[in-house]
Amino acid sequence: MYKIISADFIAPNVKSFIIEAPLIAKKRKAGQFIILRVHDKGERIPITIADSSAEEGWINIIVQGLGKTSAHLNTLEAGEHLQDLVGPLGLPTHIENWGTLVCISGGVGTAEALPIAAAGKAAGNRVISIIGARNQDLIIAESQMAEVVDEVRISTDDGSAGRKGLVTDVLQDLINEGLKPDMIVAIGPLPMMAAVSNQTRDMEIPTMVSLNAIMVDGTGMCGACRATVGGKTVFVCVEGPEFDGHLVDFKELGMRQKMYKKQEEESHKCFLEKQMKKIKAEAMLEEV
Amino acid sequence: MIREKPQSFNTVALKERLTIPRQSMPEQDPFIRSTNFFEVNLGLTPEQAVIEAQRCIECKKPTCMDGCPVNIKIPDFIQLICKKDFLGAAEKIMEDNSLPAVCGRVCPQETQCEEVCLVGKRFEPVAIGRLERFVADYAMENGNGSVKETQIPQPSGQKVAIVGSGPAGLAVASDLIKEGHEVTVFEALHEFGGVLVYGIPEFRLPKTILRQEVANLEAKGVKFIKNFIVGRTMTIQELMEEEGYDSVFLGLGAGLPRFMNIPGENLNGVYSANEFLTRSNLMRGYEFPEWDTPLYRAKHAIIVGGGNTAMDAVRTAKRLGAEKASIVYRRSEEEMPARNEEIHHAKEEGVEFLNLVNPIEFIGDDQGNVVAAKCLRMELGEPDDSGRRRPIPMEGSEFIMVVDMVVIAVGNGSNPLISQTNPEIETNKWGNIVADADGRTSMDAVFAGGDIVSGGATVILAMGAGRKSAAAINEYLKSKVGSSA
Ligand SMILES: Cc1cc2nc3c(=O)[nH]c(=O)nc-3n(C[C@H](O)[C@H](O)[C@H](O)COP(=O)(O)OP(=O)(O)OC[C@H]3O[C@@H](n4cnc5c(N)ncnc54)[C@H](O)[C@@H]3O)c2cc1C
Ligand SMILES: Cc1cc2nc3c(=O)[nH]c(=O)nc-3n(C[C@H](O)[C@H](O)[C@H](O)COP(=O)(O)OP(=O)(O)OC[C@H]3O[C@@H](n4cnc5c(N)ncnc54)[C@H](O)[C@@H]3O)c2cc1C
Ligand code: SF4
Ligand code: SF4
Ligand code: FES
Repeated sequence: MYKIISADFIAPNVKSFIIEAPLIAKKRKAGQFIILRVHDKGERIPITIADSSAEEGWINIIVQGLGKTSAHLNTLEAGEHLQDLVGPLGLPTHIENWGTLVCISGGVGTAEALPIAAAGKAAGNRVISIIGARNQDLIIAESQMAEVVDEVRISTDDGSAGRKGLVTDVLQDLINEGLKPDMIVAIGPLPMMAAVSNQTRDMEIPTMVSLNAIMVDGTGMCGACRATVGGKTVFVCVEGPEFDGHLVDFKELGMRQKMYKKQEEESHKCFLEKQMKKIKAEAMLEEV
Repeated sequence: MIREKPQSFNTVALKERLTIPRQSMPEQDPFIRSTNFFEVNLGLTPEQAVIEAQRCIECKKPTCMDGCPVNIKIPDFIQLICKKDFLGAAEKIMEDNSLPAVCGRVCPQETQCEEVCLVGKRFEPVAIGRLERFVADYAMENGNGSVKETQIPQPSGQKVAIVGSGPAGLAVASDLIKEGHEVTVFEALHEFGGVLVYGIPEFRLPKTILRQEVANLEAKGVKFIKNFIVGRTMTIQELMEEEGYDSVFLGLGAGLPRFMNIPGENLNGVYSANEFLTRSNLMRGYEFPEWDTPLYRAKHAIIVGGGNTAMDAVRTAKRLGAEKASIVYRRSEEEMPARNEEIHHAKEEGVEFLNLVNPIEFIGDDQGNVVAAKCLRMELGEPDDSGRRRPIPMEGSEFIMVVDMVVIAVGNGSNPLISQTNPEIETNKWGNIVADADGRTSMDAVFAGGDIVSGGATVILAMGAGRKSAAAINEYLKSKVGSSA
């Protein structure tokens, strides 16, 4: 069992956890992830390690409640435990001094981009962060990002913060202003990573994306996480999660992510019904 | 093998023994069992076991023992069954095999011990596997399954790390804990047992058996650590240098699924056998949504391959409710590597066999779900390297099958995770770790055995390799103490 040291919502439906995991904390590098199970009948889900402390023996993960497992996870509080936690998995991000690095992130992807931006900065790059969200409330980790990079730019769909528009618009603005990115890292929802990759392909700017394939074991044993990159099948959990965005078959990956949509909805509904019952029962107890 | 004959307890006259029919295994009815995940074989009754044991003619040269990769003292344990000393029989087996309840169920007996049983030359062989299973189950129910520990070994002060909790790793743990070493098993997954828990289905090998075996080893002092990937959580070097392990055994298995490299293999609904079986067994997808991990329940599933893995997958698909579950195999039934019992059981359960057929493409709808398989019919030509007749596509034989799930079960390669992080450990061109007959690798104090060395094989061969390595590790540790003293 793995103890949750703290658990706090940092945006609607997005929770940041500090979890006791001394061995993983000691080992992990930017870009790596863990696989966890919430309870003993739970599924195994991959989550990026956003931060860690080797000295204090903890890792930080930031979780968006999407379906059954992430929603259940986000009901847990400090002092509670996770059933299983394994890692660090995946290859660390390849970091070098490219010159100018632009980190583009959307949604919880910003939590995943944070350690990469920090490592990029430490390697001597000029780092610019572009954070995109539907609205202001959904922006996470902006201040942490601002601490480690040279400049943060924001875009929101509704214009409630930063530029109204998409992250690709911000990137275009920067380039129009004369910026010449040497390297782009894009992490977030698939459509966003696909759009960025499309945009930078013609400009010939190397673009790295972090693929969130559905996984089971995370050790290369099952092949659930396969994706097509440059016409070849890869296992994202051991060969990735980062790949050359210009070579990724995003359409296929998008379809593969929806493989269990029907079952996931059923499972989520079951969970929500149970939660409702629990809340009602607690309310009744309070009345008594 | 010439050895002293065990004392006979068989009361049946020699001639009459050959007239006793081989005792058949009580089974769940095929119609009922194809809808549940409970064990198919129910096990011999004590009466049946004694009758079956009496079929043994107590050969002077018991060839059966040569057929067993770990040379279980088969005639000895059979006589103890005749004597109705079932616990004694279990102890006799466990002198050579620490997982008899597993091997009695999943060993390909028909090509090992039973194939060379003398009775089998003219009649049906003694049902050695069924007897082994019977006494192992009896011991688990009546004596906690563990051999009486006559003496607690003197602590040796040496530490051994075992990587992987499959049959190879468990065999090493079982042997080395008896020598007084400090033994820790590291497992990447959240349950112990390797393929025995994630691959072989509940209806063939109930998970409770494995939990019991692991608990027995724990009781003897073996430490088990799950969710720990050697090479990622810690490297071999760190285990030795920082954690003070004196020797490391690698029992990593052959956990890398092979695909066919044909169009459409990444469509939704196309699984590797490893993924399909892991979702079902380890993650209990068949109990979704009670358990969280989803799994396809297909109407028409095809499983590509002809080994045990393919049989396990097709029978699982059937149990998940498939109207039609078919094996698609490019050779004929004769060449199928699966055990006869599994093929027979699959047929009884209504599995369709499409032999001499090979898929060349999977076709999807606009959502990326597989909806059809394009296949070719094959004929058999000259024997190839494996000695089996080579399948050759028949011209113009292309046809299309409507399917909504495909499981690729064409074998496993070896997982490159450890060799990636430890280039000093020599591997061959298939990625298997190179080890000598005693499991020594090219890295000092590091041993390996089981599927990671041999390529996908069998439970008992993995255990046999583990036992050899255990002996070599023990010797290595002793010489180490000797030289430093
Ligand atoms: C390497 C890696 C790192 C990740 N890091 C994080 C992280 O730091 N924080 C975080 O919140 N999430 C992260 N994810 C995504 C996270 O694993 C999924 O959100 C989670 O598995 C969903 O499980 P669920 O049961 O809650 O939802 P489900 O009910 O399984 O899915 C809900 C919805 O999300 C989609 N989905 C399913 N699996 C994934 C997936 N693997 N990635 C994206 N969408 C998916 C489905 O299409 C479905 O519509 C990461 C994924 C990978 C592969
Ligand atoms: C579906 C299926 C059915 C089969 N049916 C039969 C049968 O009926 N009869 C028979 O005799 N054989 C059968 N086999 C073959 C048999 O199961 C294998 O030969 C045997 O399990 C090999 O044992 P092993 O100990 O070498 O490896 P495995 O059983 O594969 O165990 C290896 C273990 O090591 C762990 N591991 C790997 N890398 C690491 C790491 N870096 N750190 C920590 N842990 C790690 C893995 O998670 C796994 O648990 C079957 C195989 C399959 C797949
Ligand atoms: S371990 Fe396997 S081969 Fe050996 S006696 Fe038992 S069933 Fe036969
Ligand atoms: S070969 Fe057959 S008959 Fe002979 S001792 Fe072995 S089991 Fe008995
Ligand atoms: S998750 Fe199983 S191989 Fe990647």
